Amino acid sequence: MTLYERRKMKNRIALAASGVAALIGLFWLVAILGTLLVNGVSALSLTLFTESTPAPGNAGGLINAIFGSAVMSLFGILIGTPVGILAGTYLAEYGKSNPLASVVRFINDILLSAPSIIIGLFVYELMVVPMGHFSAWAGTVALSLIVIPVVLRTTEDMLNLVPDSLREAAAGLGAPKWQVVSHVVYRAARSGIVTGILLSVARVSGETAPLLFTALNNQFWSTDMNAPMANLPVVIFQFALSPYEDWRNLAWAGALLITVTILVLNIAARLLTARPSARQ
Amino acid sequence: MERPSEAPRPATAFRGISIGSPRSTDPATLVEKIGIKNLEFFYGSHKTLKDISLSIYDRRVTAFIGPSGCGKSTLLRVLNRMYDLYPGQRAVGSVLLDGQDILSPKQDINLLRARIGMVFQRPTPFPMSIFDNVAFGLRLYERLAQADIEARVEEALRGAALWNEVKDKLGQSGLSLSGGQQQRLCIARAIAVRPSVLLLDEPASALDPISTAKIEELIDTLQSQYTIAIVTHNMQQAARVSDFTAFLLMGELVEFSRTEDIFTKPSDPRTEAYVTGRFG
Repeated sequence: MTLYERRKMKNRIALAASGVAALIGLFWLVAILGTLLVNGVSALSLTLFTESTPAPGNAGGLINAIFGSAVMSLFGILIGTPVGILAGTYLAEYGKSNPLASVVRFINDILLSAPSIIIGLFVYELMVVPMGHFSAWAGTVALSLIVIPVVLRTTEDMLNLVPDSLREAAAGLGAPKWQVVSHVVYRAARSGIVTGILLSVARVSGETAPLLFTALNNQFWSTDMNAPMANLPVVIFQFALSPYEDWRNLAWAGALLITVTILVLNIAARLLTARPSARQ
Repeated sequence: MERPSEAPRPATAFRGISIGSPRSTDPATLVEKIGIKNLEFFYGSHKTLKDISLSIYDRRVTAFIGPSGCGKSTLLRVLNRMYDLYPGQRAVGSVLLDGQDILSPKQDINLLRARIGMVFQRPTPFPMSIFDNVAFGLRLYERLAQADIEARVEEALRGAALWNEVKDKLGQSGLSLSGGQQQRLCIARAIAVRPSVLLLDEPASALDPISTAKIEELIDTLQSQYTIAIVTHNMQQAARVSDFTAFLLMGELVEFSRTEDIFTKPSDPRTEAYVTGRFG
């Protein structure tokens, strides 16, 4: 076998191996999504959106959990996004490589990959124990703690992508630094930062562990942020493990709802980054 | 880079190109706009400008020429203290703008930059509409009624010879323009704030020949209102547009004189070697 033939052979082996690996990965993804679709779609009904979670054996829906997930995610994003954006701005525009910035960056990277159950436990100790009860606010805080590192990191990365020439051009007109950042740099990085926010929404909308320790769950419709609140992930967790057929069906429907939401958010994020204005 | 053909005598090397301008270049009749005295510049501990002294005259075009890395862009960036954006860069000596030392710590940098416009090698339109690009600087320092802003934007775009091409699409993104138009947009943005000095850092080196010709014509027109300092790699360009030329080599000012003299009877052999294309 000549050297060239050996090389071609190696190429074929590498191609086959990576192809098989890709197929294995895809197979499970398709299997999961397929099962979810088959079971989820058959469990879909209008009452999902009109009725709260039922007692076993009764008809019901998920509206309290959908509402709870939406409200806690929304407030989590509202708290986490400004903090994340401002901190990311500090790192990219002001701190750069000073010691404080390096420490913040390092800790943020740890937070970014920390298991979310730790965040749940932390907020449990911080809020649930002193308050004496589970609450939607505690759930909101836990979710915001997950949002912050994601938004911070994307903001810093996106701001770093903005060329210095744009900052110089704005500074060259006499704009003070905060105006250079807020009027020009943010605008140039806008679609990237929004993408980061969308991805963090996708991330928190499926988080279970932090809510299990904080918002817990609620069988009934509730808008009281100081009381336990239903939410999709925890409802799925509890209903899927239950012995009741109708509860398990609701869990499938809830899982499908979350997956579709995440899919839509990811597609939106992709569309945003693909827009020509993102390439500056 | 364009070079004159092998011609030993500078006078014939530039045959066919009008050198300098019909304007008066007698220092006795001119007012010094910027006086640079014993200027040294450091990147960290590395000295990149050595004891530079020269005068930039009011409403004349001064060109900085020299091979890559000679310090000509650094010199230009001292004049509006652009280097201040980066830690570790500092200038020593004095630079008098209308008699005031702009290197003094008391100098307000943003106000200084509002008086000295800058245009960069690559066009740097902001990611906003054509109108907002030009109005950006105006809104920083002047409180103007909308009608006044519109008038100033039109005036600046006319001044940059861009008005006729963009008057029907002022709301479009500045990024939608061609490279040459973007560069004229940047010039419009710089002159909108009515600075007294314009710094041009190789403003045409990223442009095609037709756009370059337009920029050169524009420089000729702007000269009647603004003091212009231009860095250029292109010696024919320096010869065509400038009244005075400074030749820098490895951080030293080799020769500073009337453009005509630099190109026809340079007093330093290194200048002669450079303008005739024997090196650089």
